[in-house]
Amino acid sequence: MFSIAATILIISAVITIIRMLKGPTVFDRILAANLIGTKTVILILLLGYIYGRPHFSDLALVYALINFIVTIALLRYMEKGRLD
Amino acid sequence: MEIRMIISGFLIFAGCFFIVVASLGVLRLPDFYARLHAGGKADTMGQTLVVLGLIVYEGFNILSLKMLFVIIFIYIANPTATHAIAKAAWVEGLKPWRKKND
Repeated sequence: MFSIAATILIISAVITIIRMLKGPTVFDRILAANLIGTKTVILILLLGYIYGRPHFSDLALVYALINFIVTIALLRYMEKGRLD
Repeated sequence: MEIRMIISGFLIFAGCFFIVVASLGVLRLPDFYARLHAGGKADTMGQTLVVLGLIVYEGFNILSLKMLFVIIFIYIANPTATHAIAKAAWVEGLKPWRKKND
């Protein structure tokens, strides 16, 4: 059950990568990067259950936090041209 | 196949359905702002359902509490990130898509 869900997630990540490659504006790419990050959070949880280590939820939480910070940093860099 | 497995399986595949719909929406919608709708909303819904399915599968212990934190954070972070992307695009001067005749 979990492996089927994981493959569906990977297929949808590939679809998002197509949008990332094709995206005309740079904001499409930032949005696609954000989406792939959130899909990875779910993939970590599912893989934790596939391999019998359900304590991956800490990893998923940390990855969700970092993914959010990356998106905000990218946008700040886009707006201001520098990060400090 | 207890009832718990069936419920969690149903929730997980409902979540996967929303995630696939979100990624298809991001691929096929004509304009950046339309893609934001699919990317922000449907994806959050899909993730919530999948993690809810895992919580139901896990039962009632500390681990499902952690997964509840994942859901709560995704509920806070995803709309904020989508808003930040939309604001940055608007400040940059990206105009929404218009039909050709007006």
